[in-house]
Amino acid sequence: MLRLTLYLVIGIALFLALKHVYTYLPEAVLRKMVRIWDKIFLSLTWVFAGVTVLALGFIIFHILSNGIPHLSPRLFAVNVTLGDVSMFPAIISTVLMVIIVLAISVPLGMFTAVFLVEYMRTGSWFVTLIRSAAEILAGIPSIVYGLFGMMFFRVFLGMGFSILSGSLTMSIMMLPLIIRTTEEALKSVPDTYREGSFALGAGKLRTVFRIILPNAMPGIFAGVILAIGRVVGESAALIFTAGTILQIPSSLFDSARTLTVHMWRLSSYGQYVNETYATAVVLLLVVLSLNAVSGVIARKFTKT
Amino acid sequence: MIKFDMENIDVFYGNEQALKSVSFSVETNEITALIGPSGCGKSTLLKSLNRMNDLVENCRITGKITLDGESIYGLDVNHLRKRVGMVFQKPNPFPMSIFDNIAFGPRTHGIKSKRRLNDIVEKALRDAALWSEVSDRLGKSALGLSGGQQQRLCIARALAVEPEVLLMDEPTSALDPISTGKVEELAMELSKDYTIIIVTHNMQQAARISNKTAFFLLGEMVEHGTTEQVFSNPKNEKTEAYITGRFG
Ligand SMILES: Nc1ncnc2c1ncn2[C@@H]1O[C@H](COP(=O)(O)OP(=O)(O)OP(=O)(O)O)[C@@H](O)[C@H]1O
Ligand SMILES: [Mg+2]
Repeated sequence: MLRLTLYLVIGIALFLALKHVYTYLPEAVLRKMVRIWDKIFLSLTWVFAGVTVLALGFIIFHILSNGIPHLSPRLFAVNVTLGDVSMFPAIISTVLMVIIVLAISVPLGMFTAVFLVEYMRTGSWFVTLIRSAAEILAGIPSIVYGLFGMMFFRVFLGMGFSILSGSLTMSIMMLPLIIRTTEEALKSVPDTYREGSFALGAGKLRTVFRIILPNAMPGIFAGVILAIGRVVGESAALIFTAGTILQIPSSLFDSARTLTVHMWRLSSYGQYVNETYATAVVLLLVVLSLNAVSGVIARKFTKT
Repeated sequence: MIKFDMENIDVFYGNEQALKSVSFSVETNEITALIGPSGCGKSTLLKSLNRMNDLVENCRITGKITLDGESIYGLDVNHLRKRVGMVFQKPNPFPMSIFDNIAFGPRTHGIKSKRRLNDIVEKALRDAALWSEVSDRLGKSALGLSGGQQQRLCIARALAVEPEVLLMDEPTSALDPISTGKVEELAMELSKDYTIIIVTHNMQQAARISNKTAFFLLGEMVEHGTTEQVFSNPKNEKTEAYITGRFG
């Protein structure tokens, strides 16, 4: 402790001394030092960017090289039995899950945000309340959502292990994200558009639907894509609510295993490491194509 | 005939008083210019007339404003804004096609027939002296137009709902001299059919195009009269000081 204080004092003294010295250095030397520092920082940013790209590249390469050789028809078999390795039912369940979650959370979150930004006075206690609630919800670990979903939807409401329990839980989990991204998107629409619309005698509703929302779409869309990514990537919350039964669900009350849960399941068996990697390849493709599609759509929206 | 009549208008933003007991009236088919140094309340007055101030959270207005003898607070606010159009200082076309920009207002007020919309859009663009420049690209984004064209588009957009009064808040302050000239000509042309109230910092502009001039200072209306009288023979020495450029 003492030594730490000593170091600190020495450090500060050195810093002050250096600063003092700086003021006496000739202009040319100073300028040169600034340039050198600039160079050092520039190279540092390159190094950090490089590390990030390398890490990402390594992960992708690792998954592809371990997974692609093991992609076999067996992994896509339509008819499955218990404990099977086919991911076909999981793909169906994932898509279904995503659709239902979006159908619930996007309208709900979007209109909450519209209400907060366009209808409520900024800084009113109600807005603050909802906003802090959303903030808190956003910070809760997904397994807690899983436990809540288990207690509330699965047990209390008697939905059991089902797509419905799972997607309702996920919908609540996605709400803060949708609300926040929509809020940001709405705020980024210039007030001059609102004024222009009101000045023509358009009401609030028309202004929101014809002017504000269309212009906020790219931002809202970005939020939706993030949400899709999180639903696809979620496992903890779903294990407790949607369950882990590998089957093509025939109703919303059937249990279902999404791709990510399927991967977790496969890897926990121990003897299916190769199949797990192959599944990861598909998951990766799904996520990457989602990103690509979102990029294209966002660009289309922004082009006016 | 009196179009707008204002009696003892006080406007507050929070505790700050922006307009103090302003009273005057605006005649039909005249151009009234509002002049005065920055912050004296010209925009505030303009925004009170079509109740755009309703949108400002802490804004409070007292006094009487009538349009054709009827209190504007007795009218439906959207209908009031249809009758009293507004052109803003900075052109603010919507990020949509030229056609959709102009058609937005008429559509708002229930016109759906494609044929009628076509007619309205063409007429509005012709009235705003923009038709010849954009007739071949109505489907293109309005954001691709030049600043001057955008401002005339905004005028056309305001005209398309067939207002009775046109409020213009420094409509030429962002424009080059040629575009400014066009907008001025336009305003004079339009005053045959519309009543126009225009805010300007340009004394020559006020003198050139307006019939009446009102001079504001620190939230008070110092002088109001025919433009000729106000500019050649101002009653108040502050007015004279302002228009001769000795302060402001
Ligand atoms: N939304 C607002 N909230 C608080 N105060 C405002 C608001 N709008 C205007 N004011 C204040 O009201 C006074 C009059 O402003 P206004 O915009 O009407 O002036 P102006 O004459 O149009 O000036 P300019 O020539 O610069 O446009 C100013 O003191 C301004 O600070
Ligand atoms: Mg102003």
